[in-house]
Amino acid sequence: MTETAPAILRVRDLRKNYRSGETTLEVLRGVDFDLATGEFVSIVGQSGSGKSTLLHLMGLLDAADAGSIELDGTRIDGLSSSRRDRLRNTAVGMVFQSYHLLPELDALENVLAPLMVRHGVIEWLRVRHQARDTARALLDRFGLGGRLRHKPRQLSGGEMQRVAIARALVTRPRVLLADEPTGNLDEATGAGILDTLCELNRADGLSIVLVTHDAAVARRADRIVRLAAGRVDDAPLSSDEAGQARHAARRKAG
Amino acid sequence: MYKLLLCWRYLRTRWIALASIVSVTLGVATMIVVNAVMAGFSHEMQTRIHGILSDLVFESHSLSGFQDPQWHMDEIKRAAGDDIVGMTPTVAVPAMLNFQVRGQWITRQIMLIGIDEATHAQVSDFGRYLQHPANRGQLSFGLRDGGYDTIDSQSDTKAVTRPALEGAGWPHRRMRVERERVWREKLEADRRAGVDAGAAESGPARSVDQQVNAVLAATAADAAAPSADQAADQAAADPAAAGKPADPFRQARPEEGTKMDPAREQFTGIVPGIGLASFRDNAGTDRFLVLPGDDVKITFPTAGTPPKAVSDTFTVVDFYESKMSEYDSNFVFVPIASLQRMRGMIDPQSGLASVNSIQIKLREGADLDRVRDTLRKVFPADLYAVSTWRDKQGPLLAAVDMEMSVLNILLFLIIAVAGFGILAIFFMIVVEKTRDIGILKSLGASAGGIGGIFLGYGLFLGIVGAGAGLALGLSIAWNINSIRAGVEWCTGERVFDPSIYYFYRIPSIVHPFTVLWIIVGAVGIAVGSSVLPALRAARLHPVEALRHD
Ligand SMILES: Nc1ncnc2c1ncn2[C@@H]1O[C@H](COP(=O)(O)OP(=O)(O)OP(=O)(O)O)[C@@H](O)[C@H]1O
Ligand SMILES: [Mg+2]
Repeated sequence: MTETAPAILRVRDLRKNYRSGETTLEVLRGVDFDLATGEFVSIVGQSGSGKSTLLHLMGLLDAADAGSIELDGTRIDGLSSSRRDRLRNTAVGMVFQSYHLLPELDALENVLAPLMVRHGVIEWLRVRHQARDTARALLDRFGLGGRLRHKPRQLSGGEMQRVAIARALVTRPRVLLADEPTGNLDEATGAGILDTLCELNRADGLSIVLVTHDAAVARRADRIVRLAAGRVDDAPLSSDEAGQARHAARRKAG
Repeated sequence: MYKLLLCWRYLRTRWIALASIVSVTLGVATMIVVNAVMAGFSHEMQTRIHGILSDLVFESHSLSGFQDPQWHMDEIKRAAGDDIVGMTPTVAVPAMLNFQVRGQWITRQIMLIGIDEATHAQVSDFGRYLQHPANRGQLSFGLRDGGYDTIDSQSDTKAVTRPALEGAGWPHRRMRVERERVWREKLEADRRAGVDAGAAESGPARSVDQQVNAVLAATAADAAAPSADQAADQAAADPAAAGKPADPFRQARPEEGTKMDPAREQFTGIVPGIGLASFRDNAGTDRFLVLPGDDVKITFPTAGTPPKAVSDTFTVVDFYESKMSEYDSNFVFVPIASLQRMRGMIDPQSGLASVNSIQIKLREGADLDRVRDTLRKVFPADLYAVSTWRDKQGPLLAAVDMEMSVLNILLFLIIAVAGFGILAIFFMIVVEKTRDIGILKSLGASAGGIGGIFLGYGLFLGIVGAGAGLALGLSIAWNINSIRAGVEWCTGERVFDPSIYYFYRIPSIVHPFTVLWIIVGAVGIAVGSSVLPALRAARLHPVEALRHD
């Protein structure tokens, strides 16, 4: 299996509750989860099982009530807000179901947005050429070389999602966290997006966590983790032997 | 970097935010203009008041005054030393002015002020406010032989607003005497004819009598039979004066019993405030009830206890126009020596005269309050009052200051309204852009950075609004008189009526400090009102924000 590979994400006994008045909703009740470097994992589960919550916690968008998250062997839970902001900008790339592009900016600017957030004005003037080249190369790679100046509303869903992926990758993150990236797309377009993700995983060794409730989509990953009743269901109901073998083989080869 | 880009992009698409720029602009412009005009009025008023009053006034509490002004002046000089550059004694008493216009007697309540014509102009701007150019150089209480200004010397317009002063002076006096003589003769003839015609009809005869008396009342004919009081006060006529009427120091003094020739002689000269003798009509022309050369009667109290009222006849020789209507319709200046004599203020034994007050001028830059306090220490407070011109006009100046602060508070509320506009618009933007804020946060934008977008946006609105307001306000304040002229030309209405204000142009002074204060205030309000929306944006939870549609 993957025990030999160093875990890039290590989640231990993660708990998250939502309180509203008297009632407390325990969404995550002790999740343990590992993502090996270069691994492509799908998280599946029923709607409301807490997949998005888990992803947000790993993406540092929210704080857990208990448990630990390690990125590359360092704990990233309980950091100061400025260090969380920094990590979010540098180490994690996120892709969402509804793309979440900034409507005022065109495709290229959207891809550049994380770099603009990172750099101050003066620094930006220094790095902007290089940043633009990187962003352009990414968009080119996703077949959007001719749509650089298009606003999100002028793009199709698949194109927007590819812009979003390019934006997540422009910072060269350690992990890519994707929350139902194909949820709003038709089957063919969704397949295209998945192909892109697989390609990134295979060619660039990008570690990917993909949240979905579509079994077919999940099967594209190396490994499937099922979330149920706030915990990771250890019995892999639809484990994809072939995928795991594929990953193991690649690890050996790499 | 993203802050700048997003600020710029939002600005380009959110024109509604520009509405608050306009309100900031209007508020700032209004404040600058109003402050400039108010400062102009206030400055104009202060220079007027200061020009009328001397720096320091040293006065006695009693109407009879104090004896020996020279000794007092020496003492003041010794106490205050180098700070004093000029002093002049004055006598001021409340009095009544009577003059006749078309057979009707008009009575005015006045302040009769005896001044020393040689030194009075040295302690205040008194000389500047006179209507004869020669009197502005050195005042004379002798009637001038014409040459009074028909153009207001204090205005910068060249329009003739006082055509009536054209023939004022000796020519007017001679003409008036001649006209009265003719008129009197005609009445006399009529009366004789009337008496002959119907001796039994007493009614009409009496009315003609009254008419004649009325005509004669204010004229030199009156002087032919002076009352005992008047005879004592009006010294003997100097025959030489009749030939040289313009000589200020040799005034006509009809000898007791001898008949004075009003066409060649004058009574004691007086300078009444212009407001007592004239009014301004709608066309902006000054109409005069009395002209230099006319005779008037003044009733005033003597210096004794209890004071008795005495009357005397005077000849108007000039007008005093300080453009402060309070003074122009109240003050009448006479030679101090004549007034002292008429009121019995000269001690028969010692020959020392009394005065009510001493006007003191200090050197440029002297500390008025310090000198005042020094003098207060030297002279007992129960006998003498020492006050600066500011003390004298304290309530008025304080009222103007207060008016200005109240107006400023009200106007600042306009900008505050603009601030609330910004607050509301920004809250709208925060709500509308909640998802985008969540996106930025998911990309690693800090809370401070997000808040900074809105603060920067507010700062931008404030700076642009205040900058435009500054330009607009200054251009209005600097060109207010051309704008007024334009508005008057367009509407045909008088926007600024000089007959009310006695100024010919709207005064406007732009104090850089006030402007700075307004700009800082406006920008502060703009930034201040974006603080709440900025805080709200900064505190948005990224996950909640992302879920928001
Ligand atoms: N802010 C919140 N306050 C209260 N409850 C919340 C909040 N956010 C999420 N929940 C609840 O937490 C549970 C898990 O939500 P989550 O979005 O993680 O589910 P999910 O597995 O992603 O579902 P889906 O597949 O529909 O996206 C849900 O029951 C949801 O109602
Ligand atoms: Mg979800």
